[in-house]
Amino acid sequence: MLGKQKGKINMVNPESEILNPKSLNTPLSKEDVLNLKVGDMVLISGQIVTGRDKIHKFLVHERPDKKDIPFELHGGIIYHCGPIIKKIDEKYTLIAAGPTTSMRVEMYEAEVIKTYGIRGIIGKGGMGEKTLNAMKEQGCVYFHTISGAAAYLADRIKSVRDGWKIEEFGAPEAMWLLEAEDFPAIVTMDAHGNSLHRDIEKISLKRLKEIIG
Amino acid sequence: MLKLRDGIIELYKKVATSIPGDVEEALKTAYSNETEPLAKESLNIILQNITTARKTSRPICQDTGFPVFYVKVPKGLSHQLIKGMIMDATRIATNKIPLRPNAVDIITEKNTGDNVGDHFPIVYTEETVEQFLAVDLMLKGGGCENLGQTYKLPMVLDYEIATPLTKGGMGRVLAERDFEGVRKCVLDAVFKAQGRGCPPYTIGVAIGGAKDQVTFLSKKQLMRRITDTHSNAAIAELESKILNDINSLGIGTAGLGGRTTAIGVKIAAAHRHPASYFVDISFSCWANRRGRLIW
Repeated sequence: MLGKQKGKINMVNPESEILNPKSLNTPLSKEDVLNLKVGDMVLISGQIVTGRDKIHKFLVHERPDKKDIPFELHGGIIYHCGPIIKKIDEKYTLIAAGPTTSMRVEMYEAEVIKTYGIRGIIGKGGMGEKTLNAMKEQGCVYFHTISGAAAYLADRIKSVRDGWKIEEFGAPEAMWLLEAEDFPAIVTMDAHGNSLHRDIEKISLKRLKEIIG
Repeated sequence: MLKLRDGIIELYKKVATSIPGDVEEALKTAYSNETEPLAKESLNIILQNITTARKTSRPICQDTGFPVFYVKVPKGLSHQLIKGMIMDATRIATNKIPLRPNAVDIITEKNTGDNVGDHFPIVYTEETVEQFLAVDLMLKGGGCENLGQTYKLPMVLDYEIATPLTKGGMGRVLAERDFEGVRKCVLDAVFKAQGRGCPPYTIGVAIGGAKDQVTFLSKKQLMRRITDTHSNAAIAELESKILNDINSLGIGTAGLGGRTTAIGVKIAAAHRHPASYFVDISFSCWANRRGRLIW
């Protein structure tokens, strides 16, 4: 649809001709993940969990047993997100939920992926070599979603099912179980060792050399 | 004074749920100029998000930021009173809009839950000769705040340890005490950011002789309109040159490649001590949320 209707802003949707999104349902199988490659646009549906700085540090240092975590993480997707959630009539309501910078959990993510059988990470800005290697080894991909598009993305989450560590870590840092519906993202690191972030860094490094080197 | 408190709550709401017209215009221009499909689609979603947030009165970004106030207070009005009122308004706005509680106690690691803590929000006050109170608010995202850098010139920009890719590929670059050195520092900071902190950025730069002064000034430049240029021609030219160079790097919207990595570069210069030449760089994400209340 892009470029066809001048001046009109189109939604990312299954009709998008150029990007042609693939629909994914969680939990993801290894086969689902191996079929994805860098540059693919996806629409994710099903349960996903949030987890950011404190959750990652906790999972790696405390190594909680899988049975002590209230949500099934195997085959799951962790979303790097500290949402705005409001309790209205005893029910958690999502107000805004965009991604946070993934690179801050680079030191933890490889271990989290391997220990808990994670198949997908949603975040922004991409991750480093250590995570990329773990993704290749385990069968896991990185989904980049749109930085700061918090109201738009909250509308792609149908409901907040539950939360864990809300009091202890505070609402932004808790692990929330969300029900996604056609949540848009772009595969920027795949399970075959490719990374769009590494490619962009190469391009920008070449240019940087020209202008300051 | 209750009315002033309500005015500050409204200011919070406006700044959290809508972005200034000049920023939105710059993002629309970036969308029109973009040819990379992934970057174009990202700008498309960003523009839709701006509309959705405004229509539904919801925050544009879930990170409603570190509130930073720049207040001009008329003679005779108590600065302490204004600060207290800002704290009250912050507590109410956090619950009402709602804002995300972002104030975390360093000792206990507990979130205060209401965006009020030690030195949180940041409030700068100064006296004005005007007869009215002017309250400027910036909601500064944490992701882009983390990208800020301070350089002390002359210095060697070392690419041997920057990232695995730059090792052996770039060597060392000397940044001297001149505008060329300043330009190299800004490009170094943008390159190392690599799409983190939500580009297209607005970039504030300050050159001067004291460390606290340049960090204050570089952040304050983010309050300038995108269309604003520096009154000094040499600095205005430097702003324009650095912006063009940044946009030639190919990092692009959300770091997915493309033509627009920044929509503005705003520079401030302060007289320096002969021994010192600081260059400080503050990044704002595309959601450069700022606003003013006149009272």
